[in-house]
Amino acid sequence: MARAAVPRRLGTRLRWQVATLVERRAENEGASTLVLDVPDWPGHLAGQHVDVRLTAEDGYSAQRSYSLASAPDARHVEITVQRVGDGEVSAYLVDGLAVGDPMELRGPVGGWFVWSAGQADRVLLLGGGSGVVPLMAMIRARRAAADPTPFRLLHSVRSPADRYYLPELRRGDPGLTTEFLYTRTSPDGRSRPPGRIRQEDITGFAWPPETSPMCYVCGPTGFVETAADLLTGLGHDPDHIRTERFGPSGG
Amino acid sequence: MGVVSPGFRGRPRESSRRLPPGQYETHDFPVLSAGPTPRIAREDWEFTVTTETGDRHSWNWAELTALPSENPTVDLHCVTKWSKFDTRWQGVSLDVLLAEVETAADYVMVSSYGGYTTGMPLEDLLHGQAWIAYGYDGDDIPPEHGGPARLLVPHLYFWKSAKWVHGIQLLPQDEPGFWESLGYHDYGDPWREQRYQGD
Ligand SMILES: Cc1cc2nc3c(=O)[nH]c(=O)nc-3n(C[C@H](O)[C@H](O)[C@H](O)COP(=O)(O)OP(=O)(O)OC[C@H]3O[C@@H](n4cnc5c(N)ncnc54)[C@H](O)[C@@H]3O)c2cc1C
Repeated sequence: MARAAVPRRLGTRLRWQVATLVERRAENEGASTLVLDVPDWPGHLAGQHVDVRLTAEDGYSAQRSYSLASAPDARHVEITVQRVGDGEVSAYLVDGLAVGDPMELRGPVGGWFVWSAGQADRVLLLGGGSGVVPLMAMIRARRAAADPTPFRLLHSVRSPADRYYLPELRRGDPGLTTEFLYTRTSPDGRSRPPGRIRQEDITGFAWPPETSPMCYVCGPTGFVETAADLLTGLGHDPDHIRTERFGPSGG
Repeated sequence: MGVVSPGFRGRPRESSRRLPPGQYETHDFPVLSAGPTPRIAREDWEFTVTTETGDRHSWNWAELTALPSENPTVDLHCVTKWSKFDTRWQGVSLDVLLAEVETAADYVMVSSYGGYTTGMPLEDLLHGQAWIAYGYDGDDIPPEHGGPARLLVPHLYFWKSAKWVHGIQLLPQDEPGFWESLGYHDYGDPWREQRYQGD
């Protein structure tokens, strides 16, 4: 990780912009995709995020980061938010914000956890829960660019009902392989008992370390720590492992 | 004031003077790193200060922990928006480590095992503001939080507090480190909300 992926200076200030909700799509019971109209969106790279700012009537405001889910060239900016417990911002974004309502955001932010076409020979995506969001942006960017780089996505979720982007992942893409891991409840007929990610899950699915796949690991801190440790333990070069840790609590 | 989002009230709060703009308090200790957690054995650990003329001053684990240490209790502010109050550390003040170092440099580049770097003015490491920490909350620092030893510069956003710290290079001018060259602010003062370039 000595060198930066996108060595550039943003130069100009990242301004807060008003975004308007144009559509909401439920991904599963706890997560929704927000389709936003952002008039001056400068474009972004798959894997980058935005900072969202919500302001209340009394002037109180709260900021959080959300990964961009949409491909860079999409017409609208999309984020996918998972409601976490009594979460101050996520609960409002998932349940409160209505179509036509404004919120503020600025971005895109982050130039390390990014993928652009032609960047690697093979790409391994490991996502835990909502950690699949920036990985989906990479899958969509690959599709939009008709890039042939082989992709493999391993997505860890609690149960089949907690999967994200299911219709789109079912349709699939040539050269993309998708596999799910279930931590609490498996669908019938699965031989793997439910549980958190283990070494066999990776060896059975990923390319061997000698082929140097570029690995992107994203999700709750506990998932990312475990998955990244498993990858280095298997012999993957730490320089080929990029991580994004979402949340305070382990997962 | 920003644009009001209808119906957003936020959580009940006492206005906390200790919270910089845009931050919220967490009681967890989140982890932020750009890659996997490196594991460095104490026997192999070494910390080196290199001056602009190439003079080197090194400490191994036994030498570092033999130096007089302090037990700062500090608030942490991460650029990803969380702040954590009253964290308790043990470590050696940079005032102690840099006391014998002769330099005319104004800036430093801090580097870590694993390749991470971050830059800042030398002044920000002096005057009781920064430590090479090796203890957290009465225990060793866990690897995911930067153990065996990390830099602790709590008055700047927490990415400046390089985990798995390995060395400090003194420099005549400011140079961008890892996050600073990816669009994050060169200085990173939480109270002025210097998150990104241009803030
Ligand atoms: C770079 C980055 C990108 C992110 N991208 C996304 C994204 O694409 N989609 C998304 O849904 N979230 C994403 N997050 C997490 C998001 O920023 C918020 O932390 C999350 O929505 C919770 O905010 P909140 O205000 O609802 O909860 P808070 O009010 O801050 O916290 C409520 C409770 O939930 C716990 N908690 C907070 N965050 C999490 C979490 N992620 N998992 C489990 N428990 C948690 C807290 O410890 C607390 O107990 C990202 C975070 C970062 C740093």
